[in-house]
Amino acid sequence: MELLSGADMIARFLKDEGVERIYGYPGGAALHIYDALFRQDSVQHILVRHEQAATHAADGYARASGQPGVVLVTSGPGATNAVTGIATAYMDSIPMVVLCGQVASHLIGEDAFQETDIVGVTRPVVKHSFSIRHPSEIPEVLKKAFYLAATGRPGPVVVDIPKDMTAPTERYEYVYPKKVKIRSYNPVNRGHSGQIKKAVDMMLKARRPVFYTGGGIVTGRASEALTDLVQRLGFPITTTLMGIGGYPQGDRQSLGWLGMHGSYEANMAMHHADLIVAIGARFDDRVTNNTSKFCPTAKIVHVDIDPSSISKTVRADVPIVGAAGSVINEMISLVQDREPANSEALGEWWKSIDGWRAEREGKLYEPSKPGEALKPQEVIEAVYRATRGEAFVTTDVGQHQMFAAQYYKFAKPNRFITSGGLGTMGFGFPAAMGIKLSYPQDDVVCFTGEGSFQMMMQELSTCKQFDVGVKIVNLNNQSLGMVRQWQDLNYKSRHAHSYMESLPDFAKLIEAYGFTAIKVTTHEELAPALERAFVDTNELVFLDIYVDPFEHVYPMQVPLGSMRDMLLSKTERT
Amino acid sequence: MRHIISILLENEPGALSRVVGLFSQRNFNIETLNVAPTEDPSLSRLTVTTVGDDRVIEQITKHLNKLIDVVKLVDLTEGNHIERELMLVKVKSLGAARDEVKRTADIFRAQIVDVTPSVYTVQITGDAGKLDAFVQAMAPIGILEVARTGVSGIARGDKLLTL
Repeated sequence: MELLSGADMIARFLKDEGVERIYGYPGGAALHIYDALFRQDSVQHILVRHEQAATHAADGYARASGQPGVVLVTSGPGATNAVTGIATAYMDSIPMVVLCGQVASHLIGEDAFQETDIVGVTRPVVKHSFSIRHPSEIPEVLKKAFYLAATGRPGPVVVDIPKDMTAPTERYEYVYPKKVKIRSYNPVNRGHSGQIKKAVDMMLKARRPVFYTGGGIVTGRASEALTDLVQRLGFPITTTLMGIGGYPQGDRQSLGWLGMHGSYEANMAMHHADLIVAIGARFDDRVTNNTSKFCPTAKIVHVDIDPSSISKTVRADVPIVGAAGSVINEMISLVQDREPANSEALGEWWKSIDGWRAEREGKLYEPSKPGEALKPQEVIEAVYRATRGEAFVTTDVGQHQMFAAQYYKFAKPNRFITSGGLGTMGFGFPAAMGIKLSYPQDDVVCFTGEGSFQMMMQELSTCKQFDVGVKIVNLNNQSLGMVRQWQDLNYKSRHAHSYMESLPDFAKLIEAYGFTAIKVTTHEELAPALERAFVDTNELVFLDIYVDPFEHVYPMQVPLGSMRDMLLSKTERT
Repeated sequence: MRHIISILLENEPGALSRVVGLFSQRNFNIETLNVAPTEDPSLSRLTVTTVGDDRVIEQITKHLNKLIDVVKLVDLTEGNHIERELMLVKVKSLGAARDEVKRTADIFRAQIVDVTPSVYTVQITGDAGKLDAFVQAMAPIGILEVARTGVSGIARGDKLLTL
């Protein structure tokens, strides 16, 4: 029998759970835990410069690896600073465990120094939360936290730990719980066989089918199975922003992603489809546009692990509650020796799709000519080539995020890392940091903008301390581009606070931390800058690339319209 | 349509706030709410009445089921059920009104449980409709205060909400 203090139990549990790295920031209520971490060497602690960055770094790691990211913060401001990152993970169903120090239990409720009811504050943005009430329950509660975070529809779990629970003088028996049971929590895996059969029958009879898949394919590790199913059937497939990489984007059957800034052909195909097979996607408002005009001729099969996602915004004709991988595999076994019944209709369907593709071919944007300002789109394409499409790509939020999603073509899941649901500016850089620490051999590129980068740029210091070699590509348009785009379209170009005057000289700023920065202002400077940037995968390089500040992201769905109502450029509209 | 949803909830600190928070967070509506421990000390039973179309009620039950602290739930209005609520009403009772209050209470099978020279306190149980009717009947006489427990309910016959 081993007797450990609460703090030592936490450190020991993390080791036994296989956690190699956690992200955090110390403070009074967490000091016993920090002392326990100091006295061990199994778990590496990455000291960030702001708790929000700790959550984003853990989140980036979780999205890249599929394993829960782990965060440790102190009570009060430490915990409240983490809230944005917790909400970001919640909206995108990312597994994360956040350990929060808390004031000693006898002080709770007395407005003690650095006291916040963090369980209350985070309640709407967590999958679940716990408060430790006795040190002896720490191993079991932590096991439950990891189990909940990573299973079913994943999400963040907060564990609130009053300081007296970790006191070094109080020791209790420690046993690593290999398994826990929660009587009210039994996530489904297999879908209902009858429903799956019904769905497959509809798929085989469909004339204009489309797969519409989301983040559930990525978190559910179902992309191989999905690719198999889609290729057997020969149907077109579009993914959500979160589902990018779930199906190889270079493949002919891939229509790219759909929705507000999705591809013309994806949105057109959705609108004209007679069957939509949605898997691990949630019909969110950035996808559907106006739900009353959404896909008027389509029957809908909806597969999701979370029953509450089904028929939430759009009624499903065939709801299937189950894990993406399991349901897809069952579908594969049912289509094994069968062919789609309407091969002629499918041929016509592909003709329409190829027609839509051809309509926009070469018209997506106008590349810059020598001497002109670079277009953001061509920068993304150049980075795609420079990294052979194999980098981990994180983004912040705004125009650059949409351009990155449109012009970097992902062949694999877990490679496009973006805050899709919450849309958190400041996410990209710390997320890239979290990934790079766990994938030192890979290029990790963060596409950002001056607005987003300045929200989390203090993490340069963390990168310095831990030698984190991410590549930061700042698409500098001297404005909050997406805000300005909306102001151009909806507010007669009244640019209320979407400008960025008084930008720092980013090169000097980066150099102050001892890193390399390259400023690119012309067409001609881009290629050599990229060549220089990717010489050493472990060197942090910041590319400050000045791009055309007047560029808009297109296509763009027209508000309140259907899927096919899009602006295609500043002058064209469907 | 009005629905009565009964929930078996882990008897844990914060569990109630998760249920209540869910309703406000997702813009669902709570008409009444009633919660108390059950014969199993690890469980509370919470009954909520809410109004919504089928789609909204489906979302409410699905989201409630997603809460880790919710062990089991039933929408009682889907089947035959018994609905009860208890109300205590203070009524101004002076002169002729004293008889009138007593008579009306008798008609509703309510009991007068506290008496002062000027006030009767009446206790009444029944479904929400009966309690509403009693309030209406007493209103002209002069209601001073109303305390209602919110609806509690149970399915008729063999159907059980247990683990």
